[in-house]
Amino acid sequence: MDWLSTIIRTFFDFGAMAEVLPQLLGVGLLNTLIISVAATIIGVALGMIVAVMGISPSRWLRVPARIYTDLFRGLPAILTILLIGQGFARLSQTIFGPSPYPLGIIALSLIASAYIGEIFRAGIQSVDKGQGEACRALGMSYAKSMRLVVIPQGVRRVLPALVNQFIAIVKDSSLVYFLGLLVGERELFRVGQDAAVLSGNLSPLVLAGVFYLVITVPLTHLVNYFDSRFRTGRRRPAPPTSGLKEVTELDAASPLITGSNT
Amino acid sequence: MSLASNTASTGVHTFHGSSLELKNLTMAYGDIEVLRNVSLNVAPGTTTCIIGPSGSGKSTLLRGVNRLHEPKSGDVLLAGESALMVKPDILRARIGMVFQHFNLFPDHTALDNVALALWSVKGMSKTAARERARRSLAEVGLAERAEHRPRDLSGGQQQRVAIARALAMEPEVMLFDEATSALDPELVKGVLNLMAGLGRRGMTMLVVTHEMGFARKVADQVVFMDEGEVVESGTPTELFDNPQSKRLQRFLSEVL
Repeated sequence: MDWLSTIIRTFFDFGAMAEVLPQLLGVGLLNTLIISVAATIIGVALGMIVAVMGISPSRWLRVPARIYTDLFRGLPAILTILLIGQGFARLSQTIFGPSPYPLGIIALSLIASAYIGEIFRAGIQSVDKGQGEACRALGMSYAKSMRLVVIPQGVRRVLPALVNQFIAIVKDSSLVYFLGLLVGERELFRVGQDAAVLSGNLSPLVLAGVFYLVITVPLTHLVNYFDSRFRTGRRRPAPPTSGLKEVTELDAASPLITGSNT
Repeated sequence: MSLASNTASTGVHTFHGSSLELKNLTMAYGDIEVLRNVSLNVAPGTTTCIIGPSGSGKSTLLRGVNRLHEPKSGDVLLAGESALMVKPDILRARIGMVFQHFNLFPDHTALDNVALALWSVKGMSKTAARERARRSLAEVGLAERAEHRPRDLSGGQQQRVAIARALAMEPEVMLFDEATSALDPELVKGVLNLMAGLGRRGMTMLVVTHEMGFARKVADQVVFMDEGEVVESGTPTELFDNPQSKRLQRFLSEVL
């Protein structure tokens, strides 16, 4: 049973885990959440702009949105993060100071916005054309009909896909460690890795992995739950009714107007 | 052009519809002309029913009137002025349209469906818009259903909300695009009666319909279209009792 104890020492060294736990919680988890949430918020805002440009009647808006999307979806995340994190380091220094943390968030936001833009675009385009037409027929401008009627409906039906995107961002947030974070800025992966070097086994990384799962797995199931609820709808089964009741009711309510008694 | 104020005695508004005139209207999708040289005169406060087989351009004609689809050539005169000279959004606020599939906003209550354009287009305060919307719903017999979402309403009720939504904008002309084609049979009459009532009260209406009984009883003028052209037009009696063209005779023999 030598191999078993090797596995336990390598992956499940509870002493090493206990030692790194405070740092994983106080530094790693906190920073992972800050980076992911910030990148998601910026990504949603940018993604909405990209989506609206992408379905615009004007080619001058559509084509740039297309290029932007292809670019950030087509490149490996690590390459984008390094190009932006190092390429704009000097500019970032004058704005944010020496930490690469904000640039990491920006790079993740740009990647996320490309994916979220596509999610929004698909959602908005799936809204029945009659919705926009009804708005236009009432005298609403294109912008107003999009803002008040079409976009809200489109966004609602892609909420599950957005949660999936957040899960992807949580995982990708580990990549910002490449930019060389300060001690207090390290996210889950980096905290785990640093501790693994000290402990000489992988247990701290296993615990870091557990924390990722604690964030992502419940969200996955939440998505599935909402997804099936959206799909099957919320309608409770109703007892049989008669359309004739409605006819009677209408006659009683407004015979003067409908004239159905005359 | 709006609802008059003689509501106290009867509880029923009267309308002052505008005239509508189509002059050699031609419409195309890409290179294909789907409407050719259609001319039509709808006097203020009258009802014109457009009948004809599917694909004859009836719906396209309606969409040309409020420029949901831009005409290729010809002109549309609303109250004597060219509708093509007005900004489309301004024009459409003056023309009500009711669709075959209602096109209500599913995430809004019946009341908010009606109120939305009142505050977002007409610039009313939200309170005033909802108050006006409530009156409009009452007019179509749905005061009790104001807080219902479309999915909790029957097809007939949904279409009446859609009519209330259009009427609340105080349009000068109403366009109906097969407004009862998607309804359960027992609910058709209620909606048709509501439409007939609007006509009696002075609304100018252009009605694309497959309900020949309605066209015969309510229309001041019936227009028969086929293959993108007006084949025959006249009073209901002229068209239904004495059809001149072979195509109308054929059509009537199929639908009556």
